[in-house]
Amino acid sequence: MEYMLILAADAETNATMSVLGEPGFAEQIARWVDFNRSLIAEGSFIAGGRLQDVETATTVTFDDGATSLTDGPFAETKELFGGYYVIHAADLDAALAIAKRVPFTDGVVEVRPLLARTADDGSISPSV
Amino acid sequence: MTSVDAAVTRLAREEGGHVLALLAARFGDLDLADEAVQDALVRAVETWPARGVPDDPAAWLYRVAHNTAVDRLRRAASAARRLADAAPDLVREPDEPEEVPIVEHSAVGDEQLRLMLLCCHPALDRDAQVALTLRLVGGLTTDEIAAAFLVPEATLAQRIVRAKRKIRGARIPLTIPADLGDRIGALLTVLYLIFNEGYLARGSADEALRTELADQAIRLTATAADLLDGDPEAGGLLALELYHRARMATRLDAAGDLVLLEHQDRTRWDLAMIGRADRALRASLETGDAPGPYRLQALIAAEHAHAATAADTDWTRIARLYDLLLQWTPSAVVALNRAVAIAMADGPRAGLAALDAIPGLDGYHLRHATAGELLLRAGEPVRAVAAFERALPLTANAAERRHLQRRLAEARARTAADPGGPAQDGLAH
Repeated sequence: MEYMLILAADAETNATMSVLGEPGFAEQIARWVDFNRSLIAEGSFIAGGRLQDVETATTVTFDDGATSLTDGPFAETKELFGGYYVIHAADLDAALAIAKRVPFTDGVVEVRPLLARTADDGSISPSV
Repeated sequence: MTSVDAAVTRLAREEGGHVLALLAARFGDLDLADEAVQDALVRAVETWPARGVPDDPAAWLYRVAHNTAVDRLRRAASAARRLADAAPDLVREPDEPEEVPIVEHSAVGDEQLRLMLLCCHPALDRDAQVALTLRLVGGLTTDEIAAAFLVPEATLAQRIVRAKRKIRGARIPLTIPADLGDRIGALLTVLYLIFNEGYLARGSADEALRTELADQAIRLTATAADLLDGDPEAGGLLALELYHRARMATRLDAAGDLVLLEHQDRTRWDLAMIGRADRALRASLETGDAPGPYRLQALIAAEHAHAATAADTDWTRIARLYDLLLQWTPSAVVALNRAVAIAMADGPRAGLAALDAIPGLDGYHLRHATAGELLLRAGEPVRAVAAFERALPLTANAAERRHLQRRLAEARARTAADPGGPAQDGLAH
């Protein structure tokens, strides 16, 4: 079974994340690198990444086939979508155990099973 | 209800959960197991009137439900095969369903604990946990659960469908996790909620249904306590439920009004049930660790159950038990009960002082009602009137409002007789 971990945190928490060159940055990155390596080592890792700030988002809206663009994210919520993982896990308990290891101090992780996944050749197969 | 209907209902409540748990474990499919048990119960209603109730209804239920499940799997496989024949490029040839041998139905243990833990999985919300537990483990029908919880049947049915879809879609496992700690807590919370829904005289669900719900909660708690191999808090919860159940018949008067513990007819308390509660409590205390919240509440209930009259109650000991309970459950409501116990042990002024020390209860009618009672006992009817007047607009429950209005009238009558000093005098005297 494959699950997506959707990582989000409020603007205040995002603002306190260290940036390159600031004290604490190396330690923070090291925790994420350790987490990523542990996922890869146990064979759970499929994909993942951190997004740039929400100010960089552009939303494409479909309405009856026509598209329009909006500057910003699709939903204005307190929690901002900031990164994701796609993982293998035997069942929800295993996926939740991984989600609890995400090196967050504050924030939320939504765990959602994938219905289907696109293979390397572009075909769609069920998540198993 | 005919005798066959009654026999089928009893079978569903007492054995439905066992059989469902066994089949869910055997076939690895909760929906299939649920549908098979429902089909078998319908078959019982249809065929038992003519053929008679079988000698061993539980074994009959297991055999018929098992065969129904196998039939359903075969039909699903042949439908999938027809689809594969029609569109071989799109659909893979299905596997033959595995032959699942019938195993003796009474060999149930882990399976039922697994089903209980699944129903109370923390990824499901509390309402869904309660509904699923009653429906799948407790063998109640959707309309019975809806009636007991005073929600529309469609809402409850939807809640169960949604929960089952999440179990299947997100693959919530039917396993016993290595770390049971949090999971036992959730299970006991759900069982206690079910019991309280039956025990507390809220809303308008009829009394027979409430009694049945409380009894079902006790049955499930006893099973859980057994399967959890003497988990002391599960044993404590069982004892607590049994103490309450022993005095359930005396908690309402003929008009349906609440009768306070001190006014209940103790000669009508169920002594055999109290004995059962005592044994469960004693066993749960044998572990020798510090009692947790359920055992502490059971110890408090035991003090009441063993006081021959209200005046014989050992309130000093009860106040001490509330001190300990407050460490586990630092809630304002527990603190309120502690203040009452202190008032009973050391007098109304000590109780009022404890009451005043609790923050965050201004919007809670029982806080003001309690203050009113203690002020009356302290000989301050003017302040008691003010307290009851604050309590009244804070509750919509008809029985509670009637009770508060009676107490307010009593306080006013005493004001006329003896105002007890100026109202603005405060606690100074």
